This record gives sequence, structure tokens and C-alpha cells, in this order.
Amino acid sequence: MAATYFTEDHEWVRVENDIATVGITDHAQDQLGDLVFVQLPDVGQSLSKGDATVVVESVKAASDVYAPLDGEVTEVNDATASDPSLVNSAAASDGWLWKMKLSNPDQLTGLLDEAGYKAIIG
Amino acid sequence: MGTEDNLKQLPLDDLHKAANARFGGFAGWSMPITYPLGVMKEHLHTREKAGLFDISHMQLFDVAGPQAAALLSRACPLDASALQTGQSKYTFFLNDKAGILDDLIVTRLGDEHFMVVANAGNAAADEAHLRGVAKGFDCKIDALDRVFLAIQGPQAVNVLRDTGIAGTDLAFMNGFEPKPGWFMSRSGYTGEDGFEIGLPEADARVLVEKLFADERVAWIGLAARDSLRLEAGLCLHGHDITPDYDPVDAGLLWAIAKPVRETAGFIGAAALLAKIATGSVKKRVGLKPDGRQPVRTDAELFDADGNKVGLVTSGGFGPSAGFPVAMGYVSKELSALGSKVFAEVRGNRVPVDIHSLPFTPHRYHKG
Repeated sequence: MAATYFTEDHEWVRVENDIATVGITDHAQDQLGDLVFVQLPDVGQSLSKGDATVVVESVKAASDVYAPLDGEVTEVNDATASDPSLVNSAAASDGWLWKMKLSNPDQLTGLLDEAGYKAIIG
Repeated sequence: MGTEDNLKQLPLDDLHKAANARFGGFAGWSMPITYPLGVMKEHLHTREKAGLFDISHMQLFDVAGPQAAALLSRACPLDASALQTGQSKYTFFLNDKAGILDDLIVTRLGDEHFMVVANAGNAAADEAHLRGVAKGFDCKIDALDRVFLAIQGPQAVNVLRDTGIAGTDLAFMNGFEPKPGWFMSRSGYTGEDGFEIGLPEADARVLVEKLFADERVAWIGLAARDSLRLEAGLCLHGHDITPDYDPVDAGLLWAIAKPVRETAGFIGAAALLAKIATGSVKKRVGLKPDGRQPVRTDAELFDADGNKVGLVTSGGFGPSAGFPVAMGYVSKELSALGSKVFAEVRGNRVPVDIHSLPFTPHRYHKG
């Protein structure tokens, strides 16, 4: 089973081989409320850890999604752009945002595990 | 941001907690922002059935006495003496420059008796202002301490009628006192038919329990109240109207009858008449961004050449409209329907159409 990591900015990262799938956490979607807009990065876009990569917007508010790791975008989940509510209903699975090829897998050690993430959201 | 401790609690706070509301601060009050239904479904529920809103943060003023009508005709651009008993009117407090201090609903309850409904954020300033203007007028002003509920939506009238409450035959923008300590009007701020009821806390608890025996009723939070009023093209004081805007800029001159302008007996009359003569350089308009991304409050607006031409004063997503909706002010030359401007959103310029208001048609019960 692929390992899942978390960031303090409420992204999750699931890594298989050198490819990481990125989404926002169920806690994040719950805090934002009903999403109405999901922006996706471009395939081929180069990301650096901590970059404000895309924005997701709910009825109430806009929120940045940050690149959790360095790498290059290999695939985006167009289903979330056409139906943003998919992120509300399945944040940790079908509501993923993009996949990226990691250029610096050592950075994974700087991310939180599930227990660590649960501790910061209380 | 103030801490939760500084916020006033609604009298029915325990009921909102029991309903698992999420709370946030607004105008000094701890308010239910959303319930578990969520803002999108709460909004749509109100347009389809009946939404119940706790608006006890708003302030009711009872104004009574031989010169009550004269006072209100001085304090507001209104001929209060021309209102029929039972008639409500949307009006304002203006400053000397005709800037909008607050927007209000005034209802005539009797020959010498009126009810004024004011915004929460301006309640203290409104009271001080009205008491200041009232010096020398023979009348009494009481700031009432009541629960204030709004029930809104196409089923609101049927739901209320089924509770056995009197007053469901009112026409829109009419109000009365169904019993001592109660005030009820057919009015609201969602664009839907509905009622607003001010009443003592004990009575409110009984009414709420009766209402929730009806499955057409759901609590609706402040987030959906905002998206509903924005779709309905209704102004939020502090955003869409402020002391920096006058009723001409805001496109609200319809609320000031011609004879009232001619008599010019209200505070701000000279400035308002001068403004009518010269016209506005900016106009309040509806704004429809291209695409799905909302354009939020305080986004700046530019013309095609990159010149700043206006400001978004309310913006978000319209669940019933199905697209982002906003309103704001643009220079008069660009205020015509179909004109195009560009909103600055996170470094990008999003094309925005000048759109008619409201975004969703009003469905008031005109009687």
C-alpha cells in the first residue's frame, strides 16, 4: 500500500514509485464548505515545495493549495474542475488534484504522517 | 479578529448549538454561519421551501409620540405621515453629505407609532444618531430587546399558516403587531416571499419548536443569507453602501419619493439634490465574472486599457444562478449593461460583464 503523507497546509500526498498524488484533506474541504471552483496546474509545470500552486474556492472563501514537494506535474484531475463538489465528497480519493514526478524524494521525510496531521488539526 | 469572548450571544444560541451550527463573528455577535446542511443546500432550500434565519443581531427601534412621524421624516428621506398604517418602507439615515449611514425598514403601526429595523453593525450609532435628531421632537425612542426571526422562501407562508399564527394574509412590505411584544412584517432580504417576526424569547422558543415540526423548515446560516441577498441584488451596508456612497451612486433613488425630494426636509437633502443635479461619476452595478471563479469583495476593476475604473463591494458564488455573482461600483461610462471590465484576482485579470440586478428574480407576494 502506498504511503500517505500530510502537510501543515492541509494537503495530502500519496506516493507510489516516484509519482505523488496530491489533494486537499477532508478536514480542509470541511472547513471550506461547498467548493465551487477548482483551479488545476498545467501538465509539465515545474513546482517547488511551498509554491502556491492553485486556488480552490468555496461559496464562502478562496484558499491556496501549496506544492508539498519539488517536482513536475504529470497529470491533473479534470473531473474536479468540472465538478468541484467531488473534492467535498471524496477529498482523499476521487477528489485528488494533480500528480507529480518527484525530483527530490528525500523531502518526504519533512512531511507529517497521519498521526502527526491529526495532532495539528486537533 | 476579536475573540469569541468579546462577541454577544444570540438569545437562542443554545438552539443553534444543538443544531450543530458553525459560528463566526459578525457585527459584534457570535452568529451561526452554516449548519450541517452547508451553505449551498441551505441557499437552495430557502429558494425551494422555507428557511429560518435568526436575525436577532438586528436592532428594532420603537418610535412613538405625537411627533414620531415628523422625527422620521427629518431623520430619513421619507414622508412618514404619508405611510398608511401597516405600510413598510425601505429608507435610510443619511449624513449631511447624503452619505448612507444605514439602510432601514420603517413600518407605520399606528397614527403616532412606528417600528424601525436597523442593521446590527450600526445599531449603537443609529440609536445615538436618532436620539440626537429627536431633540425637540415630542416622541419616545425605545431600542427593543427581542428575538428576531426571518422565515423566507416559497413555502414560508404555508408553514407559518400551519402554526396557526395570525398575519399570513399580509402583503409584501406590510407589518403589524399581532400581540403585545410582537412585531411581524411580510418582508425579508433573500428575494423570496417571507416574514420577519420580532418577539419575546419565550414566545420565540415556542414558535421555533412549532416550525421545526414541519419538515419544510431548515435553519439557514449567515453564509447563505449573504449569497441569497447578493443574488437578489440587495445591498449590504458596510460593503455595497457606506457613508462614502449616496443613494444616487447606489441606484437607490427609487426609495426616495419625488415629493420628498421636493420638500427637502430631511437630513442630507441639500447634498442629495445637488448630486441629482450633477449626476454620479460612479454607479452600482451587477457583475458577472466569466467562468467559474468567484470575484470577491474588494477586488479592483479595470478597463481594457488597464485603467482603474471601480471596485467589487460584494462577490461570491450564486448557488441558484449557478455562476459567480458580484456587485460593485464602476465609472458611469462603463456602467451600461453588457459593458466589460476586468477584475484583478490573484494577479490575473478576469473579464467581468456588467449584469442586470437581481441575478435571480424576486418572488415577493405583492398581495
